[in-house]
Amino acid sequence: MNTERIVGKSVPRKEGRDKVTGESKYVDDMVLPNMLFGATVRSQVPRGRITKITFGPGIAWEEFVVVSAKDIPGKNCIALIGEDQPCLASEVVNHPEEPILLLAHPDRHLLPQAVAAISIDYESLPAIFTIEQSEHRSEIIWGEDNVFKTYLIEKGSFDGIWEKADYIVEGEYSTGAQEQLYIENNGMIAAYDEAQGITVWGSLQCPYYIHKALMALCNFPAEKVRVVQMETGGAFGGKEEYPSMIAAHAALLAIKAGRPVKIVYDRMEDMAATTKRHPSRTRHRTAVSRDGKILGGEIDFTIDGGAYATLSSVVLSRGVIHAGGPYYWPSVRIRAKAVATNAPPHGAFRGFGAPQSLFAMERHMDRIAQIVGLSPVEIRRRNFLQAGQATTTAQVVREPIDLGKLLDRALDVSDYEAKKQRFAKQNQLGASKKGMGIAAFLHGAGFTGSGERYLSSVVGVEGCADGSVRVLVSSTEFGQGTKTVLSQIAAEALRLPYENVSMAQPDTLEVPNSGPTVASRTVMVVGKLVQSAALGIAQTLISSGLLREGYSPDAFRAACQQHVAKLGAIRSWSRYEAPSGIFWDDQAYRGEAYAAFAWAIYIAEVTVDLTTYSVSVDDFVALQEVGKVLHPLLARGQIIGGIAQGIGFSLYEKVVWQNGRMQNGQMTNYIMPTSSDLPSIRVFFEELGNIHGAYGAKGIGELPMDGPAPAIVNAIEDALGVPFDSIPLLPEDIMVGLAASSPVGSTDGGQ
Amino acid sequence: MTDFRGSHKAEISLIVNGELKKVQAYPMERLLDVLRFELGLTGAKEGCGEGECGSCSVLMDGALVNSCLVPVLQAAGTSIVTIEGLARRDTLHVLQEAFLECGGAQCGICTPGMILAAVHLLNAKPQPTVDEIREGLSGNLCRCTGYAQIVEAVAEAARRRSSV
Repeated sequence: MNTERIVGKSVPRKEGRDKVTGESKYVDDMVLPNMLFGATVRSQVPRGRITKITFGPGIAWEEFVVVSAKDIPGKNCIALIGEDQPCLASEVVNHPEEPILLLAHPDRHLLPQAVAAISIDYESLPAIFTIEQSEHRSEIIWGEDNVFKTYLIEKGSFDGIWEKADYIVEGEYSTGAQEQLYIENNGMIAAYDEAQGITVWGSLQCPYYIHKALMALCNFPAEKVRVVQMETGGAFGGKEEYPSMIAAHAALLAIKAGRPVKIVYDRMEDMAATTKRHPSRTRHRTAVSRDGKILGGEIDFTIDGGAYATLSSVVLSRGVIHAGGPYYWPSVRIRAKAVATNAPPHGAFRGFGAPQSLFAMERHMDRIAQIVGLSPVEIRRRNFLQAGQATTTAQVVREPIDLGKLLDRALDVSDYEAKKQRFAKQNQLGASKKGMGIAAFLHGAGFTGSGERYLSSVVGVEGCADGSVRVLVSSTEFGQGTKTVLSQIAAEALRLPYENVSMAQPDTLEVPNSGPTVASRTVMVVGKLVQSAALGIAQTLISSGLLREGYSPDAFRAACQQHVAKLGAIRSWSRYEAPSGIFWDDQAYRGEAYAAFAWAIYIAEVTVDLTTYSVSVDDFVALQEVGKVLHPLLARGQIIGGIAQGIGFSLYEKVVWQNGRMQNGQMTNYIMPTSSDLPSIRVFFEELGNIHGAYGAKGIGELPMDGPAPAIVNAIEDALGVPFDSIPLLPEDIMVGLAASSPVGSTDGGQ
Repeated sequence: MTDFRGSHKAEISLIVNGELKKVQAYPMERLLDVLRFELGLTGAKEGCGEGECGSCSVLMDGALVNSCLVPVLQAAGTSIVTIEGLARRDTLHVLQEAFLECGGAQCGICTPGMILAAVHLLNAKPQPTVDEIREGLSGNLCRCTGYAQIVEAVAEAARRRSSV
């Protein structure tokens, strides 16, 4: 049965010792000889035409290196999916904080005053800031219609559904922007040399995204661009695409200066200028039978992409595919669109559209339950997807998942029914009210649809001169444990001790493109490739006659040493191949959206204080099926960390906007949970396995971000009897909501 | 960031991780910058620059301070302990060991400050309750872990220390 020795065990984190001793080197810890410091001059208006740039008095401008769009050797864009986002604005600006000029100086203390001494005049243009303004199209700020991307998912027939329905349930739900708030701010160092080209070192998730962007920007061939990841202090999606911008800026300054340049943002610049989670609006209209079965429905999912397209089309894709939740829809029509506004582009953040559409789905299930007169438990039970049924994209669930059983276990460990009854009694008295809330959800692992086929990831495994094994991937570690788990997989495949496997630093000179470190794909997709590349090393040694089947670790080491000494380096490569029978239609948005889904039931217990309207989460049960758990300690850490961010998303983290600019870009006034704000978070795993993942693993990183917000807001409704459909839900929002719902003292038609 | 060119550098002496150090620094320069850039002790990190996140935490005469808020002049004559001063050669401090084993470090950026906050807590309260640990670390933000495995690491370290 279970013969694995290393996967499934909580081995020590590869880079853990350096992290607890402070020896790990992050980008701001690195200093190069002769290095300058760089700063960015940004737009102060949301939209306008640049008419004049003035370098003010009192600054020794001759000491500064100044870069504008004119200095860009290649294309003035940050090449990603499209090429619409400029590296430096030259004529018009489309959002506050858009980069216009770059400065560098040997003394970093002089940069803030120099930035402040540059004044830019604009001919101002009308700007738009909300989804509704963008849809209204009174101003077109992007393309022909302000729309970056649309999708339509259709399944089944709507004939007679609305007439047949016993209930038609409608709701509108919205979620706000959320800052990733990695504790290490963004930063890059670039150095240029005519022979070798440009090298950047930085805090980043996706070395090859930056590689591609710098090739287009500098008009350099692939071999003249080198990207090296430093230890990265948290990312959560926030270092997926924006680091390409900072790398581009550092590179331009380094090329012009002929000296290395470091750009490290301070917190306020990082929060104001870089990406956040897309704000969203979801509308549901659902036909439901008397016994609570969903007959069909329409879902309209819209996200605010900010001023440039960046990753909005793929965020929208994940959002729309998850919009129907873990339920069976006999018929459904889901329309999705990403629209432009004059805010800095919104981007990747753990969950990538799914937390937004699933918040709506799970709030809507509670609304349906109430209208039909069933409990939140029963409405879910009656509509859960069953093995053999098809999702909204017509993907048949082939694994033996039983969401009803998962729900039973979560109800049991959270003591749901007993607590619900007790709270219903207690809530009649007292200055606080308690409630229980459920969220049921799924999260697809890996790139959507044909994405993994396009990525065509490659990984390498190398047998080294000392007989050890080294894994070559561009997959990056930023807290999740990439280095640890991929080493476990290689060690397991080769039946070697974990200590005999090391990881190459992600450096595009050394490692192949194993795709971006995003989308909960690293362990499942890249891990599977590491497994097969590792086996290739053993095969090489065996076929060269140096090693026999059933080898010991010592024999492997000796054979590897001999091979390298006599026959040269051993490297084994493995490239992604789509599993057979996987079908995806990009036009109709139908088919196997993901190679695997993880499934989960989360249950929150909350107390609402009726004096301060603050909400505390008192207990949180997180039960999930994530395939095989390869490293229990890291997996639990991922789940708890994701839930903490989800609690922040629900109750604390509010981006205050004014004319497209974040007004509270400080940790003083953008509030994330501290250690004393969080409940005990109880994590439970079910392990069904997964044939597409390394040793049965599925993706895990994003899943825990999806459930907390709906579970908590459902619990708040359970406590107060008043629905809230918008997050973040701050005490003042609860106060207003309660006042509006109360027949006494209501001022705005609450009855 | 401030331009200190209006003021003059002064020689400032302080004890860092048990060694006497003399640095030439502007009196109002941040202790964090002096540690990182003058003394090469990059374990203390800048997360927010305004004393909210605690990733620059160090001990100053035994008190836990945010080194981004301490002008180096104020640190003159004091004894500073940074993360680099905790391990003895190859032997990790009991808290460093516990953080490794319990999963208390993920991305690692808050870890040096968090461990120093935990040292400070255990000095004041050798056997803290879970609530006291949560309260004691609440000035240090971590975005990765949701704190649970950090709290468990501190409890584990306290347990190990008491059993020695």
